[in-house]
This record gives sequence, C-alpha cells and structure tokens, in this order.
Amino acid sequence: MSPDTPPVDPIFGRLTLDAIPYQEPILLATFIVVALAGVVVVGALTYFRLWGYLWREWITSVDHKRIGIMYVVLAIIMLVRGFADAIMMRLQQAMAFNGSEGYLPAHHYDQIFTAHGVIMIFFVATPLIVGVMNFVVPLQIGARDVSFPYLNNLGFWLTAVAAILVNISLFVGEFSQGGWVGEPPLTGLTASPGVGVDYYLWALQISGLGTIIGGINLLATIIKMRAPGMGFMQMPVFCWTSLCVNALIVLSFPFLTIAITLLTLDRLFGMHFFTTDFGGNPMAYVNLVWIWGHPEVYILILPALGVYSEVAAVFSGKRLFGYTSMVYATVSITVIGFVVWLHHFFTMGSGASVNGFFGLMTALIAIPTGVKVYNWLFTMYRGRVRFEVPMMWTVSFMITFLLGGLTGVLCSIPAADFQLHNSLFLVGHFHNVAIGAIVFAMLAAIDYWFPKAFGFKLEPFWGKLSVWFWTVGFFVAFLPIYAVGLMGVTRRTRVFDDPSLQIYFVIAAIGAFIALLGVVFFLVQLFVSIRNREKLRDLTGDPWNARTLEWSTSSPPPDYNFAFTPVVHDVDAWTDMKERGYTRPTDGFKAIHMPRNTSTGIILSVLTLIFAFAIIWYMWLVAAVSFALILVVGIGHTFNYNRSFHIPADVVARTESERTRLLAQQG
Amino acid sequence: MVTYPFIERTVLKPHRIIALLPLVAILSACNAVVLHPSGDVAAQQSDLIFYATELMAIVIVPVVFLTALFAWHYRASNTKARYEPHWHHSTKLEVVIWGVPVIIIIFLGIATWTTAHTLDPYHQVSRIAPGQPVPAGTKTLEVQVVALDWKWLFIYPDYGIATVNDLAAPVNQPIEFRLTSDRVQNALSIPALAGQIYAMPTMETELHAVINEPGDYKGYSSRFSGAGFSKMHFVFHGLSNADFDKWIADAKAAGGTLDSAAFLQLAVPSEAEPIHRYANVDPQLYKTILDQCVGKSPNMCLSTQRANDIKKGNGLCRPNVASN
Repeated sequence: MSPDTPPVDPIFGRLTLDAIPYQEPILLATFIVVALAGVVVVGALTYFRLWGYLWREWITSVDHKRIGIMYVVLAIIMLVRGFADAIMMRLQQAMAFNGSEGYLPAHHYDQIFTAHGVIMIFFVATPLIVGVMNFVVPLQIGARDVSFPYLNNLGFWLTAVAAILVNISLFVGEFSQGGWVGEPPLTGLTASPGVGVDYYLWALQISGLGTIIGGINLLATIIKMRAPGMGFMQMPVFCWTSLCVNALIVLSFPFLTIAITLLTLDRLFGMHFFTTDFGGNPMAYVNLVWIWGHPEVYILILPALGVYSEVAAVFSGKRLFGYTSMVYATVSITVIGFVVWLHHFFTMGSGASVNGFFGLMTALIAIPTGVKVYNWLFTMYRGRVRFEVPMMWTVSFMITFLLGGLTGVLCSIPAADFQLHNSLFLVGHFHNVAIGAIVFAMLAAIDYWFPKAFGFKLEPFWGKLSVWFWTVGFFVAFLPIYAVGLMGVTRRTRVFDDPSLQIYFVIAAIGAFIALLGVVFFLVQLFVSIRNREKLRDLTGDPWNARTLEWSTSSPPPDYNFAFTPVVHDVDAWTDMKERGYTRPTDGFKAIHMPRNTSTGIILSVLTLIFAFAIIWYMWLVAAVSFALILVVGIGHTFNYNRSFHIPADVVARTESERTRLLAQQG
Repeated sequence: MVTYPFIERTVLKPHRIIALLPLVAILSACNAVVLHPSGDVAAQQSDLIFYATELMAIVIVPVVFLTALFAWHYRASNTKARYEPHWHHSTKLEVVIWGVPVIIIIFLGIATWTTAHTLDPYHQVSRIAPGQPVPAGTKTLEVQVVALDWKWLFIYPDYGIATVNDLAAPVNQPIEFRLTSDRVQNALSIPALAGQIYAMPTMETELHAVINEPGDYKGYSSRFSGAGFSKMHFVFHGLSNADFDKWIADAKAAGGTLDSAAFLQLAVPSEAEPIHRYANVDPQLYKTILDQCVGKSPNMCLSTQRANDIKKGNGLCRPNVASN
C-alpha cells in the first residue's frame, strides 16, 4: 500500500456510512426502485416456492442450454441499466448549453459514461454472444453437452457476480471515472484515489476470468465434440465464427488480465508499472489493453456475422452463397485482428511507419469484411426471402453496417485519424457497428432461436416494431453525432459553450428515445409471447424450415439434445437429412451419459464477489478469509468424483415417444 | 517531400456531393470544420477523408442498392422470380467479390501509407499551401505546450512570454508545437489547423502545422482527463503579422513572471480557467516540467534519476558494462 494511505479499520477497511450516496437524489431513487423490485422478486419466488426449482434446474445446472439462457437473461437485465446510462448522457448533453451545467455534475457524468461502456461491452454484448454460442454451438455440432460442463457453470457465475459488483458500486461508493478501458495515469492512485477504479478493475478481472474459462470450454467443444462426419468444412458458419471467437478469447483476454492486474498492483501496493514516476510507463498499459481490446471488437462482431449467415440462408430458403469464402474471410479477420491494435492510438505519437503499418493492416481487414457482405447479398439472390423478424434485422444490419464500415475505414487512416480520433465521429462509428452489427444480430438471434429454446415462437408484430424503432432510432441518434464530430466536438464532453450545437444533441436525444422504444417493444414482445405461448407453440422443432442440426431435435431439446448422435454428410446437415427423406428412429434407445449438476460454481463465484468487495474496501481480514475459502472450495471440488450419471434407456424412450406423439398430433 | 499523387483538391465538387449525399445533407447547414479547415495540414487531412470516402462509395453505393433490390425482388411472395435453392457458388462472382475490395484497398493502402509519412505530425511542414513551398529562411514559430488540470499553458520561447488558454500564430508561418503534460494525459486538438496529438507527462510529442486564413478557431482537449475536461478549451487565433506582433506586445505589457513558484500555483487543478498572460518566462521551465521537478531539487529530476540508475545500476540496469 502506498505510504500516504490513511490507516484503515481492520474489519470494515475504508468502508464507512459516507460511502452510501444518499445525498444524490437520482441514485437514491434508483436504489429505492431496485430495492422494491428485489423485494417483489424475492417475495414472489418464496410465495410460489420456486427457490428449490431455481437452485436445482438453473443455478446449479451444467446444461449448456440453460447456461446459455441465463447468460442472455443477464445481458437483457444489464442492457436496461446500460441503456438508462445512455439516456442520461443524451439528456445531459442536450441540456448543458448556454451556461447551463445540465443536471449531472462531472463526478456523476464521468461515472455514467464509464459505466455505460463497461456494461455494454462486458455485461451486455459479451454475455449475449457467449450465451447464444453456449446455447447454439453444441446443438449445431450434434453434441450432447460441452467439453467442460462445470467450467461452463463457473464461467457464467463469475460473469454474473462481476455484473453484481458493478451494480453494487452504484449504491456503495462510486464507479470509475476513467473511461471504459481505464487508461492510467488518470486511473492511477494519484489521480483517482477513490474506490471507483478498484470496482472497475475487479469487475473486469472477474468477468474476464469467466470469459476465458468459457472460451477454453467452447474451443475444446468445437474441436473435439463435432458429430461424426462433420469435418471443419462441414461446420455451420456460426460454429466457424464461434471457433474463431473462442480462439481469440483464449489468446487475447490474458492481455487484459495482465494489464489490469499490473494496474491493480500499482494501486494496491504502490508499484510503478504505469505511473509517470519511478520508471513506470502508462503507454505500456495502453498497448496491453488494446492488444486485448481490438480482438475484443472481433470477439463481439464475428458471432454477429455468424448469426446473419445462418439467418440469411434460412430465410432466403437457400444454401449460403460462398461458404468457403465465408470461412476464409472469418479466419483472415481473426488473424489480422491481432495486428491492428495500435489504430486505437495513432495520435499517441508513434512514428509514421508504425502508424502506417497498423493503418495498412486495418485497411486489409476491410477486404474479408466486404466479402462477407457480398456473400449475404448473393445468398438472397435467386432465393425466396421470407421477411420474418430475424431476416428484417439482417437486412437492416446490411445497410447500417455499410455506413459503419465506411466511417471505420476513415478512422483507420492515420492521417485522417489525427482529425477523427476521440471526436464524436469516432463515437458515431463504434456505435454504428456495435448497434448495427452486434445488437441487431443478437436480437435476431434471440428471435431466431427462441422457439428452439422454449418451444414457441415470439410474436412477430412487436418484433417488427422493435426492428423499425431500433433502426430509425439509431440513425436519428447517431447521424447528428457523426455531424458534430466533423465539427470538431470531442467525446466525453459534459457541457458545451457553442449554442449552435444544441439542436444536434436534442435530435440525438430524440433518437435515443426512439431506440428506447425498440427495447421496450422487444420486452413487450417477450411478455406478449409468453402470455400467448399456446397459440405460438411449435411442435415440429423446425418452425423456420431451417438447415442446421439444432432444428432436427425437439423444441425445447431434451436434456441430452439428441437421442442418437447425428451423422453428417454435408454443410447444412439438417437440410441434407430432410432432402434424403430422414426418418426419426423410434426405438433402440440406450442409456445416455450426462454430467451432474454442481453447486461449486455459484459458491466459488459468491466467495469471489466477497473477496473482490473486501479488497476494494481494504477489508484485509475478510479478504484473507474469503480467499482461503475459495482455495478450500476450489481444491475440494477436485476430489468430487461423482460428476456424471446415466439417463436410463427407458426415460429416453419415454421422452422420444412423447415427441413422436406430438409430431403425429401436429400432422 | 513526396507529394501525394491523388489528393490535390480542397473544394467540394459535384460528384463528391453525390457520393457523400447523406452526410452532406446533414452538414450543409453547419460548419463542419474538419471538412472545411483553414490550415494546410488539416486541408490535406480533409482531402484524404473525401478521397477515401469516394473510393469506398464505389463498393458501398451499389451494395446498398443491390441489397434493397434483391430483398424486394426475391421476396417470398414474388413467385415469378427465379428460385435456385441449391445455387451457392460461382467462381466468376467470387473473383469479383474478392477482387473489387482488393483493388480498392490497394489504392486506399497507398494513400494510407504515403499520408502517414507526409502528414506525420513530427514532420516539418514542407509547404504553406498547395504549390507553395516554405520560402527559404522562414523562421518556424516554436510553441511549448503544457497540459495542466484543466487548462492549457502555451510558452513562446522565442518571445519569452506565456499564456493560459490563449493561443495565436501568424498566418502562413510554420508552427512547431512541443507538448507535454503535468499530471495526466491530454490531447491538444485544433481541428481547423491540424487535428490533434497526445500530451503526456514525462514525454514530449510534436505537432507541425501552418494556418492559412486569419480567424478565431476552437481548440480542445480531446483526451479525457478528469472532472474539468469539458471546459478545457481555448481559442486559437490565426493573425496577420502585424496583429501577431500586437498580440505579443499585449502579453509583454501584461506583466508577471512565470517561474517555478508561479507555475506550481498555476498547476493546482482548476476549471474554466480565464485567459491570462505572463510577460516573462523562466527559459528552463518547460524542460523542468518535462523532467517533473519544478520547484524540486535537481536530484529529483527524472533525467538525473535515469542517469544515476544507469551509473549505479544496482546490478539491474547496466546498458553499457564496458564504461565501468
């Protein structure tokens, strides 16, 4: 610890009642609403006696489908929080003109833009893609579960407690005010002595650990557990993007872990990795964090591109155009994605040749990306395009993404970036891609795979409204942001002195509210669909006339996914099976070996949450005890040899004959 | 200096307006300084943005059009459209699909590489305006820039004056900014002049530029630096030679000396700092700020510490063993 830190209480550390921000009305109101909602949820769960069900069927589940669904639920909850931050920023920027300070002081506003970035990247986009991959990939490759089911559960719960940690910072202490990548020296102990940066560092550390664990798991699953006959070049494109993404996760997340660990050491023990004195070098952090940060961009976008590839083929009623091209494009993006990180800081003053090299590499990535757009285009060509909700997201994406690609290439040219960097033009660019590609893809994915997960389709009316409001809202919100960026306005600005700019921020705020309606309609869609689930029920397991293996089993799939492991002969294995007159086997079932549920994942994660909270507040005693418990539980679990069981053959037979009955009923 | 072959245009031509229609529609009513700057370096950056946009429009415009066309024409209800569910490959199309982006990226890559060098901020400007090289014997105006929490200090070593949040330069004279920061990182950004470069403590960056038209232009910090960041802006004045001399004389008349003590007082964090000027500046001040030892004993200077580390080494840091 640095010498000037005041002495801390042995139990409570630096945590005192002053850490509760009861003087801030916005936070207080939020807290009351969250607390009431929490009481209602806990009360309802108790009243309906759902705790046991939740614990047995969900919390301790190692079923990849359930874990995938829990990731998506976490992401949707955090999307509401992240979007609330966005609305608050839009309102502040629309108000703070003509000498007005707006309604948010710097201390609050700076936390909001940091939290918005952190939440949207780590706790919305990442859980969405991990969740969708978790649910879809094993089904698409004809597997019964993942390679490491316990790690899968642990990875989810680590991500979940990290999200909880971020939300705790809202009501106990503060969050970081140093931007979503938290670059020192601003986030060093001298410039940011409070707990905000510590909350940020530990939330990222824990969720990063969860993501790495999940990445190792899915990587091994895709490599080792594909159905017989499914060579790499017979895998669905979504699995290819998942394979590349998980390779990227395993290779790049350790850089984030290192960067934030070193910064944590700087802050906790007065070390000097990234300080400006005693030989520290903050530029090292900037490099490390972006060596992770740029691959992270592709980690988020590649699965999105995979979703569009699935959706475009299915709803065009046609095989994907240029499968091989698509695979090579995906792999090239993965490889080149590792040598472009410096384009995030051309303006830090590297030499012309260094900037030029990273500019060229970034331009190169535009080639495979462009190829993908052409491939979706020619997938529609000579197809029968059904404008179901997922396809509407895809067409909306194709047009929105082209603008995002264009502005991205502009930012990637070093000489041009000396103007565009850190301007609102840059903010426009990455929201264009983050919303237009990632969010749209994940909403498409939810709509597309929802019937597989729950056995009924989502009401298309509200989904279509969501498409329109998100799309229009995006353009209304971000075209003015692009424009003010070209007028030289910088990002993260809280107050403005040029009154002529106000109209742009007012329009942007209106756009944000239109997009908010897109979120609301999506939630309404979920609600209405659950209410009308009997009407929307799908008994076939293949409501879209789709092409890949997950649609060959029932909806929702049985615990074991496939009674018999499918044998694959072609890309689009399910279409191939349907065309060759596949008939479902109705007897000869055998017992199926499955992993057993475990509570170790949640116990370890809760202990990790306690440990992180204790470290953040310098509660050394609590930290030591919780760390010891983590070791005990973690090592203890390695002695648990009772990790699997067999679903008896007669249970499988009963489940399958029930499906036979339902299929017959459907006619 | 290698002149960049593709870019020699600074005005909006009709075909550009068509290519950029969506953006131009938004920007026509407003002052998009990045696209219509007043300094030669920024003008070249603006040309580059237009050039790259036009190049990419070659791909993007047809694709947007085709997306809409295919989505409409091949809609499920149009049973007259051709339907080939098994058609998924065409070598000719694949060649076009890969070839067109490759060609465009080759052109863009050439522009990327050459401008990374010609517009390198460390590179002395070699021309004042298109076709107008810097006349022999022209003196470069040197400005030392220090980012403070949350204001800008500008030192004019050749004139011995300093200003806070007030920057000026005579038109058509090359300017050399040397930048550092006192505490956290910032970036000096003047979109009308040449864009931006980071200002970082203990390190020095450079930015070269020239302003061509007299006027008042906005300057910002473009790298977030904490609570007072939003108000860390200033006005950059492009002045005629006579006006610039007067501006210097005004500063001289303002009185006051910027020495170590005055600097330490100035460096205390403050927001929305009003403009002030110093008639005299300690000529060693900028160097000691860079060395992080203003008002401290020379032993505390980073350069001294580094020299000591190398000399003593403690067995860890001995770059040149032979010198022992």
